[in-house]
Amino acid sequence: MNNNAIVTKDLTKRFGDFTATNAITFEVGQGEIFGFLGANGAGKTTAMRMLCGLLKPSSGEAKVAGYDIYTQTEQIKKRIGYMSQKFSLYEDLTVKENIRFYGGIYGLSNRQIKEKTRQLLARLQLEKEAGHLVSSLPLGWKQKLSFSIAVLHDPSIVFLDEPTGGVDPITRRQFWDLIYESADKGVTIFVTTHYMDEAEYCNRISIMVDGKIKALDTPSGLKKQYNAGSMNDVFLQLARAKS
Amino acid sequence: MKQFFVFVRKECYHIFRDKRTLLILFGMPLVLIVLFGFAITNEIHHVQIAVLDQSRDSYSQRLVQKMTASRYFTVNRYLSGEKDIEPAFRQGDVKMVMVIPNRFAHDFFHEKKAAIQLLTDASDPNTATTLINYANSMIMQYQQELTGELKLPLTISGEVQMVYNPSLKGVFLFVPGVMTLILMLVSAMMTSITITREKELGTMEILLVSPLKPVMIIAGKVIPYIVLSFLIALIILAMGAWVFAMPVKGSLLLLLLECILFGLTALSLGILISSVTNSQQTAMMISLMGLMLPTILLSGFVFPLESMPKALQVVANAIPAKWFNIILKDVMLKGMGLRQVWMPTLILCGMTVFFLAVSIRKFKIRLS
Repeated sequence: MNNNAIVTKDLTKRFGDFTATNAITFEVGQGEIFGFLGANGAGKTTAMRMLCGLLKPSSGEAKVAGYDIYTQTEQIKKRIGYMSQKFSLYEDLTVKENIRFYGGIYGLSNRQIKEKTRQLLARLQLEKEAGHLVSSLPLGWKQKLSFSIAVLHDPSIVFLDEPTGGVDPITRRQFWDLIYESADKGVTIFVTTHYMDEAEYCNRISIMVDGKIKALDTPSGLKKQYNAGSMNDVFLQLARAKS
Repeated sequence: MKQFFVFVRKECYHIFRDKRTLLILFGMPLVLIVLFGFAITNEIHHVQIAVLDQSRDSYSQRLVQKMTASRYFTVNRYLSGEKDIEPAFRQGDVKMVMVIPNRFAHDFFHEKKAAIQLLTDASDPNTATTLINYANSMIMQYQQELTGELKLPLTISGEVQMVYNPSLKGVFLFVPGVMTLILMLVSAMMTSITITREKELGTMEILLVSPLKPVMIIAGKVIPYIVLSFLIALIILAMGAWVFAMPVKGSLLLLLLECILFGLTALSLGILISSVTNSQQTAMMISLMGLMLPTILLSGFVFPLESMPKALQVVANAIPAKWFNIILKDVMLKGMGLRQVWMPTLILCGMTVFFLAVSIRKFKIRLS
């Protein structure tokens, strides 16, 4: 139990009469890459927002990094990184300034920020662009940069909300290389996605339909269970079953 | 605390990199002051008049001379008959016609009563009234000169004195007005736009997930604009003082503090606006329609409140700009202290607290 990065039990969020997430229960182990799949409006983002402390749950329990999401949001916030579906760097700031800003609000010291900036720029081969405005970078680089910034403060869990929307397959592959690198360092990755090929990259995946978790297993386990050739088939079977 | 400075620095990058907005922010007060100060003025200055002098003697000529010597009026032409009056107005440049009757001097000295006819172009009623007042007072003066020679036994002369703004300079009205307008614009509109921009870009979410407290985020966004609006207030005051010789009779310190207070009121309005909308476009429209128009129309800056319908006067009480305008005029022109302006000051404080309380409520509702 203590080794789990995320634990939820009957986590529910209602907006008026509408139940966005309906009593979801799951566990995510430390260092795991956990894929959170579902059609649009299935409740993925709502669940993620509750875990990040952006939304208060209506009922149920959840712990993130060992801290309660009702009472210990401050502790949680220090230990998680977050990348939203919208591109979330400041276009009118340079690459370096963005790094310094996000490092700064997470309370890193100037020395740490300097060191991290150097490492990050070297890893992404962005040294030449360090002084350029972010708006001048191509989309793929921006996405890689925002992921690197989301893990700048060495969080124990990173939440990625459809991080690769609108990115070409090659950059997506490079993006996943970055995710694997972080996971190797022991960072837990919680990722929502639309792309079924990306689902195959995850250690375990859950598929949400209408606010409920309909399936949760490793990609190969799910394919066996639903007797499907690909994750796409699994997903379609589940999504169609409801209608 | 360090996180906070990092945030403020980022905000400053936004402000200083956006050259166009910066130009508007600092250029607009200059343009407005110069426009209102020099061009748009309701002062009377070398107004073109026509004279129909039917008596053509030394007394009528002295009257005309007196009128033109004042610099308020310039004689555009002499008319030869009443039929010329209408065409003179029609041509447009003549704003007033003075008709001096045939037996002007004779009537005055012998009948003890002479008439002078003044005709004005009342298509612009305010100017027309002002012209009549100016002309009347000059005719009165002339009468006194003449009677002085004669020594009439009994006269009552009303001595009019315009206090606080003896030369009736319109600029004294416009400097406070422009200041109100600009502070409102910079503080309310800019803050609402900058906060909604973060929402629109999705960076607000990232900030809320970070350990930064929401109060810090709002304060960090707002403080650079407080500084900015204070600088602009200083520029406007300096321009008023040096270019238009606008006095600051009261305490300068009090004046600056009141500027900061009004800046805060406007900022809290900006925060309120940004808490009800998520798009920059909407925030800008609300600020323009909901704040700028009432500030211009109902603050007593352009149109005197006293001459408005009762209902509008009541509405005007809810406009922060009205109270700030009162404070500015009282402190700058009348030299009053806090003891006299405590009421509008208190009202502004109350409004600020109210707006902030409402926006905090709204903000919390959004988060849960």
